[in-house]
Amino acid sequence: MTYTDYVTGAPVADTKAPAGPVNERWDKRRFEAKLVNPANRRKHTVIVVGTGLAGGSAGATLAEQGYHVVQFCYQDSPRRAHSIAAQGGINAAKNYRNDGDSVHRLFYDTVKGGDFRARESNVHRLAQISVEIIDQCVAQGVPFAREYGGLLDTRSFGGVQVSRTFYARGQTGQQLLLGAYQALSRQIAAGNVEMHPRTEMLDLIVVDGRARGIVARDLVTGKISSYFADAVVLASGGYGNVFYLSTNAMNSNATAVWRAHRRGAYFANPCFTQIHPTCIPRTGDHQSKLTLMSESLRNDGRIWVPKAKGDTRPPNEIPEDERDYYLERIYPSFGNLVPRDIASRAAKNVCDEGRGVGPGGQGVYLDFADAIERMGRGAVEAKYGNLFDMYQRITDEDPYRVPMRIYPAVHYTMGGLWVDYDLQTTVPGLFAIGEANFSDHGANRLGASALMQGLADGYFVLPATINDYLARNPHQDEVTGEHPVVQEVLAETQDRLNLLLSVDGDRTPDSFHREVGELMWEFCGMARTDAGLRKALERIPEIREEFWRRIKVPGTGEEFNQSLEKANRVVDYLELAELMCLDALHRAESCGGHFREESQTPDGEAARRDDEFAYAAAWEFTGTGQAPTLHKEDLVFEYVHPTQRSYA
Amino acid sequence: MARTVWDSSVGKKTVMAVSGVIMLLYLVAHVIGNLKIFFGPGEFNHYAHWLRTVGEPFMHYEWTLWLIRVVLIAAVVAHAVSAYQLSRRDIKARPSKYVHTKARASYATRTMRWGGIILGLFIVWHILDLTTGTVHSGGFQPGHPYQNVVDTFSTWYGNVIYIVAMLALGLHIRHGFWSAAQTLGVGSRTRDRALKTVANVLALLLTAGFIAVPVGVMTGVVS
Amino acid sequence: MRLTLRVWRQKNADAEGAMSTYEVDGISSDMSFLEMLDTLNEELILKGEDPVAFDHDCREGICGACSLVINGDAHGPERTTTCQLHMRSFKDGDTIDIEPWRASAFPVIKDLVVDRSAFDRIIQAGGYITAPTGSAPEAHATPVPKPDADFAFEHAECIGCGACVAACPNGAAMLFTSAKVNHLNVLPQGAPERETRVLDMVAQMDEEGFGGCTLTGECATACPKGIPLVSITSMNKEWLRATRRVAKR
Repeated sequence: MTYTDYVTGAPVADTKAPAGPVNERWDKRRFEAKLVNPANRRKHTVIVVGTGLAGGSAGATLAEQGYHVVQFCYQDSPRRAHSIAAQGGINAAKNYRNDGDSVHRLFYDTVKGGDFRARESNVHRLAQISVEIIDQCVAQGVPFAREYGGLLDTRSFGGVQVSRTFYARGQTGQQLLLGAYQALSRQIAAGNVEMHPRTEMLDLIVVDGRARGIVARDLVTGKISSYFADAVVLASGGYGNVFYLSTNAMNSNATAVWRAHRRGAYFANPCFTQIHPTCIPRTGDHQSKLTLMSESLRNDGRIWVPKAKGDTRPPNEIPEDERDYYLERIYPSFGNLVPRDIASRAAKNVCDEGRGVGPGGQGVYLDFADAIERMGRGAVEAKYGNLFDMYQRITDEDPYRVPMRIYPAVHYTMGGLWVDYDLQTTVPGLFAIGEANFSDHGANRLGASALMQGLADGYFVLPATINDYLARNPHQDEVTGEHPVVQEVLAETQDRLNLLLSVDGDRTPDSFHREVGELMWEFCGMARTDAGLRKALERIPEIREEFWRRIKVPGTGEEFNQSLEKANRVVDYLELAELMCLDALHRAESCGGHFREESQTPDGEAARRDDEFAYAAAWEFTGTGQAPTLHKEDLVFEYVHPTQRSYA
Repeated sequence: MARTVWDSSVGKKTVMAVSGVIMLLYLVAHVIGNLKIFFGPGEFNHYAHWLRTVGEPFMHYEWTLWLIRVVLIAAVVAHAVSAYQLSRRDIKARPSKYVHTKARASYATRTMRWGGIILGLFIVWHILDLTTGTVHSGGFQPGHPYQNVVDTFSTWYGNVIYIVAMLALGLHIRHGFWSAAQTLGVGSRTRDRALKTVANVLALLLTAGFIAVPVGVMTGVVS
Repeated sequence: MRLTLRVWRQKNADAEGAMSTYEVDGISSDMSFLEMLDTLNEELILKGEDPVAFDHDCREGICGACSLVINGDAHGPERTTTCQLHMRSFKDGDTIDIEPWRASAFPVIKDLVVDRSAFDRIIQAGGYITAPTGSAPEAHATPVPKPDADFAFEHAECIGCGACVAACPNGAAMLFTSAKVNHLNVLPQGAPERETRVLDMVAQMDEEGFGGCTLTGECATACPKGIPLVSITSMNKEWLRATRRVAKR
């Protein structure tokens, strides 16, 4: 049986979301959830993997509630998780602007923005909680931008027509993360959180069908140890680094979620990846990562390409009537602020037509000349100064004088571990929060919603729902290192690393990562076809085979060994890539970030096929290279009725 | 509170700043007194005598002077001990040097440390020379400071020691005054220029004022 | 470009370290400094040698992981992080010295990687506002004057990279500590813990073995985020105020 001959198993259902009016479901769930007596909480240990917005806020909040938290991050400090790089802002339905915003509108915008592939219950909860997040962060001292009256400032973002994005210059993620990190630090000092930095989760321990711990490697000493708990929370982020070049941090990886998947957690919608329209184009083969320019730039910058193909004149010499402001032309009401998937695809289309700019024609202009004329250079500088500086540093071009060049790049993954309304995966006791789960964004995430979701999950949702699981499983048998399951997982992990070290081939981990990444970008990137995906699915097992034959990892496992870390992550990319392609192949429709060329409207817009694909695809692992089993979760829309998205 | 201050690196810097300011105020008075030498032995010796009788009849002869001396000794000791302990901490905090070395603004730090040591040694010599007369060249005459000063600056080494020390003093004040302002929290972005100017002017005036005396002796203006 | 690199190699925390010399060729001026090191490492791996270990992650200048002293300057010749330093700042034929942060509070783990957990412990000592989840009042209940909000933000920008410590001849962590103290102490939300915060953080800073401040200004010159030297002055003021007030209690 080949990998593409997957079978469709029993549907998977979210049994935790209560019925009833959508705006009452979260209250209802919180009321129905069992509680753990405060005095008993410290007897429960919860493992949290990752310290980004979701993990950091969850660790801090669980510890505040009285649980004993054991937390891990691969970075040298919890403060360095990649949430720190989020620039633009965080959405909240505060309606401080009195511009018609409401919880219901945020809910509506998010379901629509996600191209009707998200759960209504989850999204509504997210919108409700959004207002509390801002309160919480302000109380922690997050220095959001303020107006002269001392009140919070907001700006607008792609895909919406209200101004609901709170921000801290171009460093909102940093400020929110430091808020969570500081709350976590307080709990570390209080002894409620046992923090393990520079420690990477390598596998999940499942005993009697329940998640009971993890196996992790101390990246300094190389020691592999097991850690035990009553519940395990994965907050390890997304898997965008499968593409090699992405805006993710260099060490962001999919190992935690992939290993959990291999141990029984379903992986949902892996093909839903977000390509961000405004990144700095690559300059050459040496490129190790891509840098995002905040979407907020689209508030004032105008995107254009020359009308003529192969126009190589410098941008300032191209007269106004020979420029094509294609987003404003095609989508007059949203203009440059269309959702990310649409902006990215439009950029790809004009470049494919041969109208792209810059080296290799892989870029479009983002022009601030009008904004500088209208607002003055000073105002532009105050709003975007740090982004302009960053652009200039990387490209050596002055964006105040020459238009920026931008091109889409992999940025975020909407897919992830399947979770129910309680954020619990299909492995009891294993929870996934933030980007690690398949989340609330459907097939496309709106700008400034990732921070919102990460913090909603970590501060408010998980701490409420995990109680229910722990209360219902009060007296779990103690698991120790002697347990045969633990011994087995430890041995498997050790064997895998030993094997990586022993092949002694002639290719570096990076070369394989680059190869699979380029393959994914070509065939599973912005536009996907049946034939292309099949080609990728043929190629991936070959690369995997070659990997295990030719990989070279110097050094030993008992030391600080970055090559070994990298190689082990590539092992998982080489499996996950295959699932992503299969998911993309099976979903023969276009929706959000997933664009199948076979499924488009006459004018080239994504054509959804709700009759066949209005479901979340949750995949069950059956073995490396073996066809997984598909479990469908039907999506029901009671409040926001699916229509063809229109931003024209 | 004393414990908190002394145990903290920031607190010890405060001790240095406060003691430094005390010494600086004293030096301002000292240089004004010194300049009286240009008005002849009468006025200078009278001034020296007056120092011992300040506060009379409330204070006994030399009581005020001793009070000032005690405060000054306390300031010097506090300044030196803090400096020593802080320097030890600093050196311990950066045990290995960079292979690639660069000339940089730690110039200020180095001159503060060496300058401080030079000034400490100078104070000892200065007291033994002109207060107790222990190492004075020629016959030390208590009660005749004018002549004693002229004697000292009639030797080449007296001039060298004194002038080198006064240059060190200028550098020390230049960084020290500004630094003390930062330590005491009175610096700010808007005040920074003013503070630096005051530091420079103080350093210049004090150095020039003190050096004027040996120069005066050398050139024969004072004899 | 063709370059000669002299890199600090140290097997582990206990081993002796030394500079080793490597030649790299075919370096593009568009490469970031770390991409240049990637190139070297790819070659070393294929030669069966141990690649140079260095900390890095976001490569966007915000996570604070990268930490190299390049030709004697923390983060190299430009005012930015190592990951945002590009090879166009160097010339063909240059010899570049690459060393780890040096301070006894930042022991070397391997090659160019150091242990900066002391920074985390300084934050743990008081670099937070006690606001447990769920306890927050409505965000607009307390307006914050814009100048105060801007002042807080300017200090909150610190990325905790440790360049200030690396550049300081005394290995002092004053700039790092002051950035967090100033960020939180200026805000109304931070007022209840204003005194304990600065006292505890400074005490922890001393405890970790960082040196004292001699106001050389090297830290502010090296800071990729432009935290100003006067930040230290503000913290000194906070510390003195706190010492007086706590003594009165």
